[in-house]
Amino acid sequence: MLAMDYRGPYRVRVEQKPMPTIQHPEDAIVRVTRSCICGSDLHLYHGMVPDTRIGMTFGHEFTGIVEEVGSEVKNLKAGDHVIVPFNIACGKCHFCQQGLFGNCHEANPEATAVGGIFGYSHTAGGYDGGQAEYVRVPYADVGPTKIPAGMDLDDAVLLTDVVPTGYQAAEMAGIKRGDTVVVFGAGPVGIMAARCAWLFGAGRVIVIDHVEYRLDFARQYCPAEVYNFRSVEDPVFFIKKITDSLGADVCIDAVGGDAAGSAMHTLLGTKIKLEAGAATALHWAINAVKKGGIVSIVGVYGPTGNIVPIGNVVNKGITIRANQASVKRLLPRLIDHVQAGRINPKALITHKVPLEEVADAYHIFSAKLDGCIKPVLVPSSVDRS
Amino acid sequence: MQQRIDPTTVVGWGVDADPANDPTYPMRDVSRDSKGGLDWQRPTLQPEQVEVLRSTEHNRRPAVYGTSTPPSGLSGAIRRRAFRKSEGKWSHWLMLLAADRINVIEGIGDDLMHGRVPNIPGEMGIRSEMQHNMPGLIRKVAVTGAVLAVIAALVRSSPHSSTRNRY
Repeated sequence: MLAMDYRGPYRVRVEQKPMPTIQHPEDAIVRVTRSCICGSDLHLYHGMVPDTRIGMTFGHEFTGIVEEVGSEVKNLKAGDHVIVPFNIACGKCHFCQQGLFGNCHEANPEATAVGGIFGYSHTAGGYDGGQAEYVRVPYADVGPTKIPAGMDLDDAVLLTDVVPTGYQAAEMAGIKRGDTVVVFGAGPVGIMAARCAWLFGAGRVIVIDHVEYRLDFARQYCPAEVYNFRSVEDPVFFIKKITDSLGADVCIDAVGGDAAGSAMHTLLGTKIKLEAGAATALHWAINAVKKGGIVSIVGVYGPTGNIVPIGNVVNKGITIRANQASVKRLLPRLIDHVQAGRINPKALITHKVPLEEVADAYHIFSAKLDGCIKPVLVPSSVDRS
Repeated sequence: MQQRIDPTTVVGWGVDADPANDPTYPMRDVSRDSKGGLDWQRPTLQPEQVEVLRSTEHNRRPAVYGTSTPPSGLSGAIRRRAFRKSEGKWSHWLMLLAADRINVIEGIGDDLMHGRVPNIPGEMGIRSEMQHNMPGLIRKVAVTGAVLAVIAALVRSSPHSSTRNRY
């Protein structure tokens, strides 16, 4: 089968690889129909995530048709077309039982701090991902959800990560009616977080980024007030100025370790790797939120450490909420939002690319070329329309 | 300053507003908290058919694991050593990052041993760069060329090279 193949920082290609096989009685083998490249895949692509091995296949946002199931799979059968959450979760452990499906304790031998994630290095369990024609899906009875009749495949594939992560960013932020919400990052997750902030009753939604075409999209899609941090000099001071000097009720970090905007964080976090990614957005979020406010983090950082103003967290009495999205928990509500027309995920998709052109798709997304917001890979055997 | 948006004009405004969402997810759910440690009914264990490195912080191997790219070569040896240290140690992660970089060289070596010269520009998406950012590509090539020229000039003018030239 064809699959994406990681060769080193900024280098990927497609390869012929062996077909995945059932390794465990709760496995399914899924034929991929759509597979996105996620902003967090770029952290892998940029060589920022430890234990990312040469030859691995990335991809944690995918839909597919079940080809084969293991002996203990009861809820799925061959032919089912499924949304596969990016978390691998057993459904039985201490954490899954509490709805913390992003924190399963039975899916990742390599780390206790990270759950199992498809195609996301050995730090997340060493699973090959869905940027391939076929993929092995463990715990197939727990995560995968049948795509509702009539749902567009392009909407469905964004329910695997982008929509739940954006929604959970807003949910974790504890937004109250009338709150001012600042979202750092106008990538797909930031745009979705800003869109979902309105669902929770925000009174004002502001998006901060430096990529003009993405800010233009966010202005229309969310909708939101948008500001380019390169044109305001000091984004924290600017946010204070437009919020009566108090700061925002809620700040959401939807950027993670690839942030621009601070020479210090860029040097330490992305160039010489002494920080676990450039924590610029988180730094700004802590400083721009009001006293007693909430900072919600869904941006991805590495496992080591970051320089952030933790003293301000203490002095301002800030609450920090963060987690990987618990996709399984959120899917019923989000499917309802999509079907009711309150969220239009597929509008984020700007590029549909054959799997064979994966190297170009990664470069276009990473370098923010051609107005790219969300690229989706489609195996050549699947209809792209 | 941009014009404020009237929230009531936004589709779906407030449909999920819930005063009870405080404190928010993720929270420990005491009603479902077993309090008994590792006492849940475990899934069937996946047979161990490839080498799996296990965090020292797991006192038993989780039931399933990925079979992608088991450790091998020099990078694999460094990874095995890294996994003797716990996740809380920076050295654990820095050794893994070092192994990743060595693994890149191993990957190129592996390609060459199989008679394949890796198409590195292609793997870096040069086709899309040419299509969408030709001025940027020309700039990168020019800067890289200039840096290489400076390095070459420095090497040529170093005392070591002139000494060697005298003999």
